[in-house]
Amino acid sequence: MVYFIRKVFFFLLTLWAAVTLNFIIPRVQGGDPAEAIVTKLTGQNQAVNPAQIEAIRTMLGVPDEPIWRQYIDYLDQTLHGNFGISYSYFPYTVLHMISEALPWTLVLVGITQIISFAIGTALGTWAAWRRNGRFDSFVSTFAAFFGTLPYFWIALLLLYLFAFKWSWFPNSGGYDGDHPPGWNLDFIRSAAYHSILPAVSILVTGPIGWIMQMRNTMIQTLGEDYTRLARAKGLSERRIAFTYGARNAILPNVTGFALSLGGLIGGSILVEQIFNYPGMGRLMFEAIGNRDYPLIQTIFLFLTIGVLTANFIADLLYGVLDPRVRRGGES
Amino acid sequence: MSMQEGQQITLADAPVDDLHRMEQLDEEPGSRFHVPAPVRIVWQNRKARVGLVMLAIFALAAIFAPVIAPYDPHDTSFFPSESPSGDHWLGTTQAGEDIWSQLIWGARTSLIIGALAGTFSTLIGLVIGMIAGYAGGIIDDILSFFINLALVVPTLPLMVTISAYSQVSGIAIIIIVISVTGWGWGARVKRSQIISLRERDYITASIFAGDSMVRIVFREIMPNMMSLIVASFIGAAGGAIGAEAGLAFLGLGDPQTVSWGTMLMWANNSGAMLTGQWAYLFAPGLALALLITSLTLVNFGVDAISNPHLREE
Repeated sequence: MVYFIRKVFFFLLTLWAAVTLNFIIPRVQGGDPAEAIVTKLTGQNQAVNPAQIEAIRTMLGVPDEPIWRQYIDYLDQTLHGNFGISYSYFPYTVLHMISEALPWTLVLVGITQIISFAIGTALGTWAAWRRNGRFDSFVSTFAAFFGTLPYFWIALLLLYLFAFKWSWFPNSGGYDGDHPPGWNLDFIRSAAYHSILPAVSILVTGPIGWIMQMRNTMIQTLGEDYTRLARAKGLSERRIAFTYGARNAILPNVTGFALSLGGLIGGSILVEQIFNYPGMGRLMFEAIGNRDYPLIQTIFLFLTIGVLTANFIADLLYGVLDPRVRRGGES
Repeated sequence: MSMQEGQQITLADAPVDDLHRMEQLDEEPGSRFHVPAPVRIVWQNRKARVGLVMLAIFALAAIFAPVIAPYDPHDTSFFPSESPSGDHWLGTTQAGEDIWSQLIWGARTSLIIGALAGTFSTLIGLVIGMIAGYAGGIIDDILSFFINLALVVPTLPLMVTISAYSQVSGIAIIIIVISVTGWGWGARVKRSQIISLRERDYITASIFAGDSMVRIVFREIMPNMMSLIVASFIGAAGGAIGAEAGLAFLGLGDPQTVSWGTMLMWANNSGAMLTGQWAYLFAPGLALALLITSLTLVNFGVDAISNPHLREE
């Protein structure tokens, strides 16, 4: 129980820290951030209209007030979900823009992460079980190269080959213009068709980390005394591999699953931008281009809260799966 | 990325005294020149040897870029968007620059970013991780909280947010942004290593001798985890090189600096897909992947310093 209380406490604390970080970043530069942003916009020969200044004020609070007052206002606004108005998509609110983009990223990142995890864990089990076999040597030798291929570069190559050169897949967007978003088969089919290349860009290298992690941990568990006992008892090979080796080796991957989400989200930002996929990554990219600060910050906040929540769930799950963690102290 | 992280965890889980092993190994006879043991172990590892050779090629290209590159990377006097030819091995950009020359100069940017941002984030991780691990108690609790925070906050969105606010754009700001966002893993690994090292007898002896905490941490403990520090530096350098490419690709880099990320951004934005300039799309990413691969390979050898099971005879 202490374990779970600690984890809830840590989750709330990190949540608060992330929200605070979001408050600090624009203010680190010194001076009046709202003014600095306005100066920057005019410096780029962009017309600054009152709506933009208003949006900046909504985001940053009234700068004449002392900093603690601004901070309290900011916390209040954040708790009530007031993130201001996007000034590149005026008059839409930031929240509206995010609510349209979020499902796309959730589906893309969620599905690719689960598939990567499943493929990686299965292949890692195989590599560890047939250690020094053909597949194991192949993976161990080439993981160092294929694991480092950047997602966005693979995305560029896939886009060039499969969309531009051979026209097998659409080269841009998340769905067909003829099928507007909705719960009907046509839309889902068109969305799935559009998401194949972005998903494959991530899946080419996604499982490699899991393969290596699973392989290395399972090689350890296969050397443990309990595995030796299982062999001595004459249990079937299958049982030893899955129930004794793999099942114990999968535990560290549960924590890794949530921790790696941060990196995957970073990768998907780039991939989405390449495929013009209508998710959070493309929204963030466009927000950068338009210097739409309320939007940039709120996207950052949402992505961070998403990863924090995933880690929280993984921590709870870990406690359920592994009684040792629940009982003893963790390091 | 997660693969390297996995390796670092295993390293931390199997702590050993580097110095003591080194001293034994240094006395091995039979070599005419005195090669320090760590260097010998890294070189004996086949993967690490391949990595070192690759890294050396990149380093030479970076150092001698002005000599090797056939043209100035900013020279726009050529015919734009050309396919590879004898004059331009990889073709030309949409602005009429030579892609091969840009590729060579890009090695310089990546290596500088890797070396500097890798050093800074390793230093931050080293100081925070060592203090947290050695001090324990409330100091450890507070610092561990920040370490965990640095680990869970998604790095690229954070870097993008900070970069978007910075008033200046340039290579220095990129290095700072990567350093302040990328120290989490290093700190975590060093903290768990120091926790296992601080119970050793020689540390107890130092405490009884009245040495200060700073002295114990940096003079007694740190030399014993040099291989871990080097490994995490190499990992951080690889991460920084990848991060710079991503930021530059998003258009947050320094437009004046030639970098592989910037090249890929232009290749994507200038219609290299439509003109069929596959080399423009292919080469910068391959160079990026090969450079990061070389660092990963070198780390196989560095891991072997502290873990004899990984050594190759």
